[in-house]
Amino acid sequence: MSLLLEGILEALRLITSFDPDLLQIVFLSLRVSVIAIVIATLIGVPLGAFLGLKSEKKTRLFNKIIFTFMGMPPVVGGLIIYLLLSRQGPLGVLGLLYTPSAMIIAQVLLATPIITGLTLVGIRAKGTEIVETARSLGADSALATWTVVKESRLAILGAVITGFSRIIAEVGAVMIVGGNIAGRTRVMTTAIVLETRRGNFELAIGLGIILLILAFVINSFLYNIQTGGQDN
Amino acid sequence: MSLKVLNKPLTKFMLCILAIGFLATGCTQEPAPEEEDPGGNLNKGTLTLTTTTSTYDSGLLDYINPIFEQETGLRVEVISQGTGAALETGKRGDADVLLVHDRETELELVDEGYFVDRHDVMYNDFILIGPEADPAGIKAAGNAVVALGLIAENESTFVSRGDDSGTHRREMKLWENAGIIPDEEDWYLSIGQGMGNTLNLADQTLGYTIADRGTYIAVKDNLELTLLFEGDPDLSNQYGVMAVNPDRHPHVEYNCVSKYIEFLISDRGQELIGSYQVESEALFFPGFGLE
Repeated sequence: MSLLLEGILEALRLITSFDPDLLQIVFLSLRVSVIAIVIATLIGVPLGAFLGLKSEKKTRLFNKIIFTFMGMPPVVGGLIIYLLLSRQGPLGVLGLLYTPSAMIIAQVLLATPIITGLTLVGIRAKGTEIVETARSLGADSALATWTVVKESRLAILGAVITGFSRIIAEVGAVMIVGGNIAGRTRVMTTAIVLETRRGNFELAIGLGIILLILAFVINSFLYNIQTGGQDN
Repeated sequence: MSLKVLNKPLTKFMLCILAIGFLATGCTQEPAPEEEDPGGNLNKGTLTLTTTTSTYDSGLLDYINPIFEQETGLRVEVISQGTGAALETGKRGDADVLLVHDRETELELVDEGYFVDRHDVMYNDFILIGPEADPAGIKAAGNAVVALGLIAENESTFVSRGDDSGTHRREMKLWENAGIIPDEEDWYLSIGQGMGNTLNLADQTLGYTIADRGTYIAVKDNLELTLLFEGDPDLSNQYGVMAVNPDRHPHVEYNCVSKYIEFLISDRGQELIGSYQVESEALFFPGFGLE
């Protein structure tokens, strides 16, 4: 218990110290996960909307695959990207391994199925009805789809929040493809693992608390958008 | 809460999930047979050994511990950590016995009363690994400090464990002796991971690194990197065994721990350590009583 208290004090000390190494780690965590979630959203929402509006029978197998990938262990995702980007791998010439770009790619791989799957479910809940209504009001199919996406924005925001929570808290994949290199690819979660292994438990807990605070701020922001949508 | 809620399908579904969750944890927490011993110590006959990743990855303990277990009827559970974390775990009393490699710190902690019965138990050595082309030319270096100096001068990539392990601590001592502070340099990658991952990352970046010979032999088939420098006395790697002080942590089963330590430093234990081979190379040499 005392260690938890020390951890909270350590977190406060870290936050108030504006330690440049810490800021760099925090900033990199945010940069990687925000870019990854934007890319995953751009892929996942249209794909989920498309699948959600298709007849269930035709897309059954594909949907099952998406749902399976929602539960992919991050280490496995990381390993796949590692093997692709490794010097001996097919994309080795790009020289992306152990860079933030590799971490973004791995996180996109983890977040996209989640956003796709949850969007799909959300759209399917009321999609066909809305499409028929929109069509009857003279919308073409693109506009009808857009209408569905707009009407399902609460579910989609939920999908994005879930995806973001997963990747900002994820450690297995970024450790493998990023390498946890100090000053280059070290993020909050890999730093926490490192400090735990070093036996610096106060620092590890402190970093964990900062990560939770960040997640709280970001989720509050998204939550406000969501409830804002509800009021309209 | 109204009971009507229980009839809703969604609630039923949630309750099912919860029930499954409880069942699952119930399974994993099922008490081991020896924990049923009513009056006695919960972990009777089991001792927890915390050791370095390098020892663990070498497979040595998988070779020795079953023999000890068979002869004594005790059970050894092994946790693998960097030396820094292993020492911290021991200081907190979360383990019974340690097998680590940072001699100076070990002796300090014995003096401070955290540990007792420390013995040198075995040794091997650290080696410098790098790309075959050896751009910094460390092959011809006179000693390890000079070799690191050449790497720094040439600004060749150097991958550091950076995890406060015994290997990392030795590396830092060598840099210190070379009068170099590498932390802020662009060519210096501190990755905070175990030996296997460090070798792998060095391999991918065509960098240099320092490794314990045991891990290197165990994984070298997967590496393009090659052994470039060895044999400096500064690179000797001494492993020590010690018990968590039972006066400080009364739950430590000192009797069992003593048996384990005695086994390791016995003629038989020492012979076992020396006879352990990977790819027909010995990884450790018996080290008790050499000082």
